[in-house]
Amino acid sequence: MSFFTILGVSLIITMLLLVLRKERPEIAVVLAIAAAGLILASLLKSIGQIVTVFESLAIKSQFNLEYLKLVVKIVGLAYLAGFAAQICKDAGEGSMAAKIELAGKIFILSLGIPIIVGLLDLILKIL
Amino acid sequence: MDINLIFRIAGIGILISVLNMVLKQAGKEEQAQMLTLAGVVIVLLMVIQIIQRLFTDVRAVFGL
Repeated sequence: MSFFTILGVSLIITMLLLVLRKERPEIAVVLAIAAAGLILASLLKSIGQIVTVFESLAIKSQFNLEYLKLVVKIVGLAYLAGFAAQICKDAGEGSMAAKIELAGKIFILSLGIPIIVGLLDLILKIL
Repeated sequence: MDINLIFRIAGIGILISVLNMVLKQAGKEEQAQMLTLAGVVIVLLMVIQIIQRLFTDVRAVFGL
């Protein structure tokens, strides 16, 4: 799906949301979720291509592939947490969005700890 | 990407709001409430498919 298609679709969805928001806010929220899901799903193919390019670069530079996998995992987690938090915020539930963001931060930190430990090990080896 | 689903959801929303107005004018508040509930459930069922696809795709791409 091209960039311009996404733009057009988003504008159409915005108009539909404006009509629905006044009469049926609950269905407007569901429509917003559907739109976000569709647009993000259509972006995933290009994200996958970017990830494979990074993987091939990492293999070429003999970088530890485990770390790259971790980083990609963290990016995916952040992506999903942002998606859910944005929907909560749109529906007017800012406190739920804050909880989702907190959960995302904690899981990302727990995933990132091996990288920090690896860095510290490397520094200790150099010293 | 199936934009049809979006249009279907928006159409259901508009239809339900119109029917709701008619029912309220006819003095059938309870049925209007049930209609709203049914509409929300139908629309949620449609959205769940998209969300499930999105989550499985994200898992596949990022290796979660």
